Amino acid sequence: MEPHRLSVAEAQAEAGGSNAAAHFAFVARFLVIAIMTYLGLLAVTFFIGRVIPIDPVLAVLGDRAPASVVERTRREMGLDLPLIQQFYIYIKGVLSGDFGRSVLTTNTVMDDIRRVFPATIELATFGTLIGSVVGIPLGVLAAVKRGSLFDQIVRVIGLIGYSMPIFWLGLLSLVLFYAKLQWAAFPGRLDVAYEYSFTPITGFLLLDSAIQGQWDVFKDVLRHILLPASLLGYFSLAYISSLTRSFILNELSQEYVVAARAKGLSETRIIWGHALRNAAVPLVTVIALSYAGLLEGSVLTEMVFSWPGIGLYVTNSLQNADMNAVLGGTVVIGSVFIAINLFADLLYRLLDPRTKAQ
Amino acid sequence: MSAVEQPTMSRRGWLLSERPASRWQASLGRAYATWRRFLANRLGVFGLFIIIVLLSIAAFADQLATYSPVAGDLKNARLLPPSAQHWLGTDDLGRDIYSRIIYGSRLTLVVVMLVAVIAAPVGLLVGTVAGYAGGWTDSVLMRVTDIFLAFPKLILALSFVAALGPGIENAVLAIAITAWPPYARIARAETLTVRSSDYIKVVQQMGASPFRIVLRHIMPMCNSSLIVRVTLDMAGIILTAAGLGFVGLGAQPPLPEWGAMIASGRRFILDQWWVAAMPGMAILIVSLGFNLLGEGLRDALDPRSSDQ
Repeated sequence: MEPHRLSVAEAQAEAGGSNAAAHFAFVARFLVIAIMTYLGLLAVTFFIGRVIPIDPVLAVLGDRAPASVVERTRREMGLDLPLIQQFYIYIKGVLSGDFGRSVLTTNTVMDDIRRVFPATIELATFGTLIGSVVGIPLGVLAAVKRGSLFDQIVRVIGLIGYSMPIFWLGLLSLVLFYAKLQWAAFPGRLDVAYEYSFTPITGFLLLDSAIQGQWDVFKDVLRHILLPASLLGYFSLAYISSLTRSFILNELSQEYVVAARAKGLSETRIIWGHALRNAAVPLVTVIALSYAGLLEGSVLTEMVFSWPGIGLYVTNSLQNADMNAVLGGTVVIGSVFIAINLFADLLYRLLDPRTKAQ
Repeated sequence: MSAVEQPTMSRRGWLLSERPASRWQASLGRAYATWRRFLANRLGVFGLFIIIVLLSIAAFADQLATYSPVAGDLKNARLLPPSAQHWLGTDDLGRDIYSRIIYGSRLTLVVVMLVAVIAAPVGLLVGTVAGYAGGWTDSVLMRVTDIFLAFPKLILALSFVAALGPGIENAVLAIAITAWPPYARIARAETLTVRSSDYIKVVQQMGASPFRIVLRHIMPMCNSSLIVRVTLDMAGIILTAAGLGFVGLGAQPPLPEWGAMIASGRRFILDQWWVAAMPGMAILIVSLGFNLLGEGLRDALDPRSSDQ
């Protein structure tokens, strides 16, 4: 989860001290790491797609194809080329957004992903929002009341979050909130009644319905998204609250807190104005990382809630042995995941003034 | 002091002696002190208790189960609610859910242990070699580790198993491939702290080969932090394995794997909720046990890193 932290100071030392050179070295190292990580991801997906299947041609044609067709297909798929050349062709394809065609939907995988991805982004964003809005105050209060019953409860909530299968909690919450209480809507993203009458613009339905002023649709979307998003929110809350707690504890032991107390500032201002503000930089990183985690975690959640996002797309393709779609989905989710990881790292460097000192 | 207590007191004194007479006494004494620290943490002890119960259930599954885990009574016992005959109800094939969960504990333990046995040594080897060798070996190994660390684990495990074919062995392999990088990082960090210490220099001057130094003198120093991390990771491994099972890529029917059991109960979730609810409860309890045990071990073995 945590990427390698490279510091400006480290790069500075290597570059011999001058500021511009240090920043150049930092950017250069960052780019090298980013490129290598992406190459690594592509190498793994290439390996999964081309090397593990005993015979990719067999996977495409089935075992009844005549030998001449097999030979032609092998050449068409480029499988007679050396492996490194195949990898090069694969990378070129991926960079131009070509993941092949999905057997299941008969569309190109890229078109499919473009269609389903907004649903996942919307869900994960909403989930992270819930996780941060609830998790940060919980963590702060737990740190302030360290050792109290409240602190223990927050800790147990977090521990259970770490220990629970998300798809199981999803199923149980459907029983409670959909079947028994009828607060949540039927699994899916939108009622069938709106499915054909409403035309999305951006693919983010909350945004789309709000722009068009269709508040009944907005309400319906909200009824659909609230339960899966709260579920994802709970898992990010478990992570965010426990880290917030330890960041705040760390801040509260600093000397500036003693100074602020001596000056007579109220505890409220010390905690929410000073300690939380100083913990903001690592917190932003944590939120970004948990966002990346939710993008990935949405795979199982989407399956439970029939949420038509990339997770459901990948699991559907998995169950139908549609490898192009599976690998395309893996590359896209993996790329976004890595991008957020790298971005969080960069953000940490840019926002923390201590890393810019000297 | 009664006569009965006398020997235990002296045994304790012997264990905690400031001047151990033998290497054996010293290491036993250290273990005893760690154990005492561990016992002070009630939640950690509770976690250990859960894991011991899990191990006993797996060992005595034949005695504990009341029905066969794979053969059901399709005619009379389909989807029965929990009752005196079927403590946790029955599933859609008339199989007793309690007995299936009991046998499923074996599968869970097998998965967890196999992943630990594959991933931990790989991480240990990569980390200690990188840390001890330094230079470009270190750079290359750690760069590879970082690349693997940045990957999304679940989705990669999913596509690995999709390519390898579903099954419990492939699930184990896929999880292990994504699990080793943190261990390599920990082992490297530990190696860097002991690498230039005096005892290593002494062994070097005695002419020990790098192979021997890493194997006999560095790896043992990494053990405690590695054990803590592996224990804390167990819950994640169980959840990933259950997730693979839920998608249908883990253990195949009729094996009573908990994640797959939840998947089979999904169709009946609104009316026969117990089919999916019970195995999930088992997963929750066991992962919680590993998490609590891991945190207890961390506080006992490495008081520095606890967040107090």
